[in-house]
Amino acid sequence: MYKIIRKEVLAPTMKLIEVEAPEIAAKVLPGNFIIFRIDEKGERVPLTVADFDRNKGTITLIFQEVGYTTKHLGRLEVGDALLDLVGPLGEHLPVEGYKKVICVGGGSGTALLYPKAKAFHEAGAEVLTITGARTQELLILIDELKAASNELFIATDDGSFGHHGFVTDILQELLEKHKDVDEVVAIGPVPMMKACAELTKKYNVHCVVSLNSIMVDGTGMCGGCRVIVGGETKFTCVDGPAFDGHQVDFDDLMRRLVYYREHEARVQEHHECCGGKGGDCKCH
Amino acid sequence: MPLKPTKTPMPEQDAKERITNFTEVALGYTEADALAEAERCLDCKNPLCKQGCPVEVPIPEFIREIKQQNYSEAVNILKSKNNLPAICGRVCPQESQCEQYCVVGKKNEPVGIGRLERWVADWDMARDMQTEPVKATKGRVAVVGAGPAGLTAAADLVRMGYKVTIFEAFHEPGGVLIYGIPEFRLPKKIVKREVDYIRQLGAELKLNYVVGKTKTIDELFADGYEAVFVGTGAGLPKFMGIPGENLNGVYSANEFLTRVNLMKAYRFPEYKTPVQVGKRVVVVGGGNVAMDAARTALRLGAESYIVYRRAEEQMPARLEEVHHAKEEGVQFKLLNNPIEIIGDDKGEVVAIKCIAMELGAPDESGRRRPIEKAGSEWIMEVDNVVIAIGNSPNPLIPKSTPDIETTKWGTIVTKDEDGLTTKDGVYAGGDIVTGAATVIEAMGAGKKAARAIDKYLSSKK
Ligand SMILES: Cc1cc2nc3c(=O)[nH]c(=O)nc-3n(C[C@H](O)[C@H](O)[C@H](O)COP(=O)(O)OP(=O)(O)OC[C@H]3O[C@@H](n4cnc5c(N)ncnc54)[C@H](O)[C@@H]3O)c2cc1C
Ligand SMILES: Cc1cc2nc3c(=O)[nH]c(=O)nc-3n(C[C@H](O)[C@H](O)[C@H](O)COP(=O)(O)OP(=O)(O)OC[C@H]3O[C@@H](n4cnc5c(N)ncnc54)[C@H](O)[C@@H]3O)c2cc1C
Ligand code: SF4
Ligand code: SF4
Ligand code: FES
Repeated sequence: MYKIIRKEVLAPTMKLIEVEAPEIAAKVLPGNFIIFRIDEKGERVPLTVADFDRNKGTITLIFQEVGYTTKHLGRLEVGDALLDLVGPLGEHLPVEGYKKVICVGGGSGTALLYPKAKAFHEAGAEVLTITGARTQELLILIDELKAASNELFIATDDGSFGHHGFVTDILQELLEKHKDVDEVVAIGPVPMMKACAELTKKYNVHCVVSLNSIMVDGTGMCGGCRVIVGGETKFTCVDGPAFDGHQVDFDDLMRRLVYYREHEARVQEHHECCGGKGGDCKCH
Repeated sequence: MPLKPTKTPMPEQDAKERITNFTEVALGYTEADALAEAERCLDCKNPLCKQGCPVEVPIPEFIREIKQQNYSEAVNILKSKNNLPAICGRVCPQESQCEQYCVVGKKNEPVGIGRLERWVADWDMARDMQTEPVKATKGRVAVVGAGPAGLTAAADLVRMGYKVTIFEAFHEPGGVLIYGIPEFRLPKKIVKREVDYIRQLGAELKLNYVVGKTKTIDELFADGYEAVFVGTGAGLPKFMGIPGENLNGVYSANEFLTRVNLMKAYRFPEYKTPVQVGKRVVVVGGGNVAMDAARTALRLGAESYIVYRRAEEQMPARLEEVHHAKEEGVQFKLLNNPIEIIGDDKGEVVAIKCIAMELGAPDESGRRRPIEKAGSEWIMEVDNVVIAIGNSPNPLIPKSTPDIETTKWGTIVTKDEDGLTTKDGVYAGGDIVTGAATVIEAMGAGKKAARAIDKYLSSKK
């Protein structure tokens, strides 16, 4: 069992938990993810390791409540434990040898972006970070990102804070102004990553994106996480999750992400009607 | 008493009934059935059957004990060579192993060795005996992968006095026995019992542990393990490389079976992992994996088809599985090969395009090579396609341990019969060495490696 020792509510549907997992904490690098299962009947769900403490033997996860499992996770409290936690999975992101990097995070993608921005910064690169959300109360990790960046830019769709508009507006300005950027890292909703990839292609700047395919095992065994990159089929869990954004077939990824939408609704209904009998209902 | 020409029949769930549930198809012998079948064994002086068993189970010896109703002695004899008799009795391809060599089989049906093995093992389980742990007096050995190869190596090493830790990537031990072979062919509680037995012997199990990621093999040595056995299986699904394979509704057999078996999607939404099965499912392939997927699809309510590019005689699946599949209503489109999967504007599968095949001259595998018949394309409406054309070995370990050499197919190179790899102290066996094979062969490899590890560590002292 993997005990939760800290919990924070970052935004209404965005939570942070710190979990005891000494063997993962000892090995994890920025860009790696874990797969957890809350209980015997639960689904296996991937989350990026947002931060870690090798001395304490803990890892930090930040997640957006989108469906049954992430909402269930959001109801757990300090002292509760996860049944299964496996990792660190995936290839980590190389951060050495870069001089100037732009990090772009959208929505919950900002949580996935933060460890990478921090790693680039610690490796000596100049880091320009852009974060965006639909509205001000959904902005997360602002102080952390400030500390991990040379400059931080903020955008909200509704203009309630910072730039009124999309993160890509700011990205375009920065690409115009800084001709010496070695790399753009973009993590967020698929349409945002797609837009960043298209923009950087115009400016001929390399762009790394982190894909969030639906996964089962996370070790290359099922092929469920397959994506098309450069015309070839790749497995996100072992070949990624980071890929060259200019090569990714985002439309294919978007189609694959919605496949279980109807099932998702059925799990929710089942949950609502089980009256706490399942033992995993904490909402009643 | 004249010999009965046919095997004592195996009681089974009726085909119409069983496609509505996931409980076991073959119900197992009664004591009377077992005694009747045991009588058919001639107790040969030179038992040929034994040659056909990869782990050399003392077949006439255990059958002799059944005849005399010394069942616990029969169990001991079986277990002296086979750690997992309840499993082998169910899933061994006996018709091409032990039973193929049985002399009774020359004129009549061979002795039902597998059925007897299963009955003895089930009798033993029903007794619910506690196993005494074995005291660890020797060094520490790491076993990677809790499939049949790893579990067997671990059990033997524990019995020899080693302190053994098994590292398993999944949240449940058993390998293909848990995530691949369906409940209706191998109930998971049987696998759990066998694993519990190995635990009781004293092996330690570390689940959720991906060697190569959580720790590398070199790090395991640094932690004090003196030898390592790698039994990580052939878990990388192959795709066909035809248009439409990434459409929603196309599964690898691994994903389809893992969702249903390991994650229990057949009990969705009580269990939270979904599997999407429409009205009609096509499974591509002709092996055990394809049969399992097709029969699983039936039980999830679909019309189920097998598309296979060769003829029935060339199908690698066990006869019994093909027979069961037909009985249940799986439809076979033999000598056909898919060339395209067709989707709608939402990116979901709506049809499959196949081409008819004919058999030409034998290829390097000795089987006649299938050749496309020009102009014979046809299209069938389908909702799901499951690709079951085989698995390659999982590359995680070789990738993280460069001094373990692999072949061009990705299997681990072994320097001798015992499974010694190109790295000192590291042995390997099972599907990771042979490519996809059988449960009993994986167990045989685990046994040999355990003996070799014992020799290696004893000589080091
Ligand atoms: C390598 C990797 C790292 C990830 N890291 C994080 C992270 O750090 N924080 C975080 O909040 N999320 C992360 N995700 C996404 C997260 O795994 C999904 O949000 C989660 O699987 C949803 O599970 P659920 O049961 O709550 O929702 P589901 O019930 O599975 O789905 C709810 C809705 O979300 C959509 N959906 C399903 N799976 C995904 C998915 N993988 N990505 C996006 N939408 C999906 C469905 O279409 C559905 O409409 C990561 C995904 C991957 C592959
Ligand atoms: C659907 C299906 C049906 C089959 N039916 C039959 C049958 O009827 N009869 C028969 O004899 N054979 C059958 N087989 C074949 C048989 O199951 C295999 O040959 C056998 O299981 C191989 O055993 P193994 O121990 O080598 O590997 P596996 O059973 O594959 O076990 C390997 C284990 O290692 C784990 N692992 C992998 N990588 C790592 C890592 N890096 N770190 C830690 N753990 C890791 C895996 O999670 C897995 O649990 C079938 C196979 C399938 C897929
Ligand atoms: S282990 Fe398999 S091959 Fe050997 S005797 Fe038993 S059923 Fe036959
Ligand atoms: S060959 Fe057949 S008859 Fe002879 S001992 Fe073996 S099982 Fe019995
Ligand atoms: S999640 Fe199964 S192969 Fe990637």
